Formats: sequence, C-alpha cells, structure tokens
Amino acid sequence: MTVTENTLKDKTAVVGIGATPYYRRGQSLPQTPLEMAGKAVIAALDDAGLTVDDLDGFALYSMGFDTSLLAQWLGVPDVKFTAMLTGGGGGAAGSVGLASAGIVSGMADVVVSVMTLQQAASRFGASFAPRGKPGATYSAPPSPEGNFIQPAGLHGPGQMFAVLAMRHMHLYGTTREHFAEVAISTRANAVRRPTALMREPLTLDQYFDARMISDPLCLFDFCLECDGAVAVVTTSAERARDLRHPPVYVVASAHGGHGRWGQAITWLGMPDEYFASSGHRPIAQRLWEMAGVGPESVDVALLYDHFSPMVLMQLEDYGFAPVGESGPFVADGNIRWPNGSLPVNTHGGNLSEAYIIGMTHVKEAVEQLRGTAVNQVDGAQFALATGGPASIPTSALLLRR
Amino acid sequence: MALRGVLPPEVIQLTPNVFTQPFWDAAAEHRLVLPRCTACSAYRFPPAPFCWRCRAQEVEWVQHQGNGAIYSYTVVRHAVIPDVRDALPVIAAVVELPGTDGCRIVGNVVDCEPEDVKVDAPVMLDWYDVRAGTAVPIFRLI
Ligand SMILES: [Zn+2]
Repeated sequence: MTVTENTLKDKTAVVGIGATPYYRRGQSLPQTPLEMAGKAVIAALDDAGLTVDDLDGFALYSMGFDTSLLAQWLGVPDVKFTAMLTGGGGGAAGSVGLASAGIVSGMADVVVSVMTLQQAASRFGASFAPRGKPGATYSAPPSPEGNFIQPAGLHGPGQMFAVLAMRHMHLYGTTREHFAEVAISTRANAVRRPTALMREPLTLDQYFDARMISDPLCLFDFCLECDGAVAVVTTSAERARDLRHPPVYVVASAHGGHGRWGQAITWLGMPDEYFASSGHRPIAQRLWEMAGVGPESVDVALLYDHFSPMVLMQLEDYGFAPVGESGPFVADGNIRWPNGSLPVNTHGGNLSEAYIIGMTHVKEAVEQLRGTAVNQVDGAQFALATGGPASIPTSALLLRR
Repeated sequence: MALRGVLPPEVIQLTPNVFTQPFWDAAAEHRLVLPRCTACSAYRFPPAPFCWRCRAQEVEWVQHQGNGAIYSYTVVRHAVIPDVRDALPVIAAVVELPGTDGCRIVGNVVDCEPEDVKVDAPVMLDWYDVRAGTAVPIFRLI
C-alpha cells in the first residue's frame, strides 16, 4: 500500500520556535516547569508573528503536562485541540506531526508543541532505580516488569542502552572510537553556540580518559541532564505564507514502531532481527514513503542523541548507512559540520547543547531551513529530526524550506 | 561465602502482580519457570496476560534448566544511586534461553572478572537469596 495521496505532505508548516535558556539540572529554580513552558510558548508565538489569541491547540509527548492550567494562565481564548503522543522520550519529532494532523483535520489552526523539563527533584539518570531510603530524591517505584531487570543493576536508561550498544559492537565490529566520533563531532558544533552548556572542545584522549559509567559507555556517551523548555508552533501552509518567517513545511511525519519493540530497554526481549537497532526502521520506511524522497535528499540530520551509539543505529535505520556500517560511516567524517556528507546535530544535540527531550532538534531543523542556524549547512533544503530511541512510539519529522 | 557481583538486598524490591507471582514463587525455591501458551506453545516473558503470537490467555508454567548464552551485557561501574556504590562493579547480562522462543533473563554474572565476560559465552543459572522468601536469578560462566 502506498500513502502518497491522503497524507500530511506539505499541508502544514512550522512557523515559530521559542525557548527558555538551558540550565544544568536543578538550576532553573525558582521557576516552575509550567512557567517555563509558558515562556517558551509565548516566545514561539512571538517568533511567528502570532499571539496567544491565535493559539488554539496543544500537541505534546512524553507524558507532557496538563494543558488546562497553562491555557488558563495564558488566557487562550478557545482551545480546540489537546493531544499527546504516549510513551517516553520518543515523541519529540512526532508531536509536530500530531499538531499537523490536528490542523489538516480541521480541528485546530495554530498548534503548539512544547516540552518543559526540570530535573531538580528527580533525575532521569536514575529513573529505574529502586525507591531507596526515605527522603531520597532519586527513586521510582518498581513495576512488576521492572522486577526482571532492576535487581541486576539496570537503574537508568544508560545502563540499558549500553546493552544494545554492546550487542551492536559484537555483531558489526563497532568500536568505542566510533562512539567517540559522535561525541566529539557533536561537541565541536556546540563550541560555537552561545546556548550550549558544553562549549569546551572534546579530544579523543579526554574521551578515553573519562570514567566508564556502564560498559561500553563512558561519561561522554551520555547526554546532559538539564532544565528548560522549547516550543514549536505549527499552522496550515496557507496561513504560514503570511507570517514573519518563510514557512518551513512539514513534508512527512511518522510515529509508532513494532509492537514487539514495545517497552524496548525495560524488557530487552526485542526480536533478534532488530535488537541492536534504534527501533526506528518502521518509522523511517513510512517517513520516506510519505515524503516521496529518501535519505539521499537530507541535508542535515538532527538525530536524538541521549547516548552516542543510538545515533549510529539511527544512521542505519534511516538508510544513511547500511545496517552494521554506521561506525565506518562516521569514522570517514560524514557527520561533521560543515564538510561531511550529512552534518548531524549541528546544534550540539542532547550530548553537548542541552537535553530538552529532543525539542532542541526540531528547533534546529527549523533554523537550518530558515538559513539562520549558528552552524548553517549551506543551502539546506531538507532536514530530518527524530525522537528518542525508546519505548514506542518513536517518531520522525521531515521538514523542507 | 558472600557472592561477589550482586547488589545489596536493600535495593532489591520485588512488586509481583498476578501474572508474575508464579515466577517469583518458584524462584524462591530456586526453580526457573516460564509461562507457555497452552493454545500455541509460545513462551512469553516477562509473564503477561496474553500470548503475543495467538492472543490466548491460558498458560502452563514450564520449568527450564536456565542454562544459556550471554546475548549481551554491560558492566555497571558508576553508581547512579548511593546505595549501590560499594557493590560496584556488577555485570548485568541478558541471557537467552534455548528452546524458549527467544526468552531472555537478566541477571548478574557473579564471581568473575568483567574481562572474562563475552557475548555468546555460555552460562549456568544460579540464585541469589536476597532475603527469606526472595531469590533472583544470577549466572555463572561455565
Ligand atoms: Zn499462543
């Protein structure tokens, strides 16, 4: 079955982007997470040349937040659409697809996708840890499914993704040098960005001198733990033409995944065929089908980088490199800005700019296609943004200028 | 003698539900049992109310010897919670059990050095008695 007719293709556009500053974990206090969401929404509407009076929809992900209080605070005149992708961090890119679906269906006209994050009271790095001592702030209650992995010490996403990375190394000969190239190239992009939290260059020696967190992953394979908010405003292609910036069109968006990918890292029982993957293969297939173009058309890729090996696996799952050959692909300099064949995470990513659960990737895709990015890819026409390799849904968004 | 390479009992808390309780009841007796669909014979793990292949609900609990091969693993070296600091490093292995439709059990590989652990290495099942009435699976290199 082909899906070229009745799709979202080119019917909507991203017209506004906004963000708070990015903070180290806990440093955004005394602001509240919902306050930061409001600041990002107002900034994104302003960027578009719109106001809260134009806003009529919310499209969220990753457990989001209740929109009623924010709409009440902001005085949104008429809320017509509030929806959320389920799952964990996989829905960042897909939340813009969800916004587009709301707009194309006629349910809403101006929809904001927003992520806000404050890791003061708890941290994602220990999100699967047992409850611990009374008063401890790192805890999460164990689930019946978690009982099968937590007793062995898999207490955070990094410990779990390490298992996928180790399998990838075993199957394909991927090395820590390949992981390092992701971390180092991403840091090189962050060095030039005033918004980035990590602005010192990273050397290969520093990478190999860093402490191991969970083999084969060291400190620099892990993303940052941050606070902040990012919002993105989407509207119809027709309305977009009259706004402040040139429209950035939504070419395609897809979310979901194989049911037997399921909870992914928190069960580790995924079929052998795609265990050592990002879980994105079915998303990529539908994305390219909807877009009518393939990976060869992408000028810049913003790939969700919570852990460096998962960037490699996405390069494979989206077809930029054959399965098993992402290591040599990055070793050849392909993901470097500005001269690589596919600059990746030109904003510094989750690894070195800030971790706002992937919304910075969408924001950077928009800046690249407006031609206003700090690390601009000359003449970028198509940008890919992805949501986190995680429990389903994972997601993707292909934008063009 | 104390096991080397497991977490302290206080950070191991089990919260079984109706589907997983039989697994843990058997574990306390040092028996590994897996739920198998009575309609199509597919194993399902972790225990669940539906067969992923045929959607039937009923299962029979089948005992497995527990020997298998390391499918993948990690060496947890950095404590993300303070309570595990003194126990690290621990090796967390994903062990695939032969003849079970790809069921994988996660457990520590104990009493060995991290350098000795490899993907595909054969392992045998053992048990860590966390406290009275609670045991979790662990593995030893063969
Ligand atoms: Zn069945």
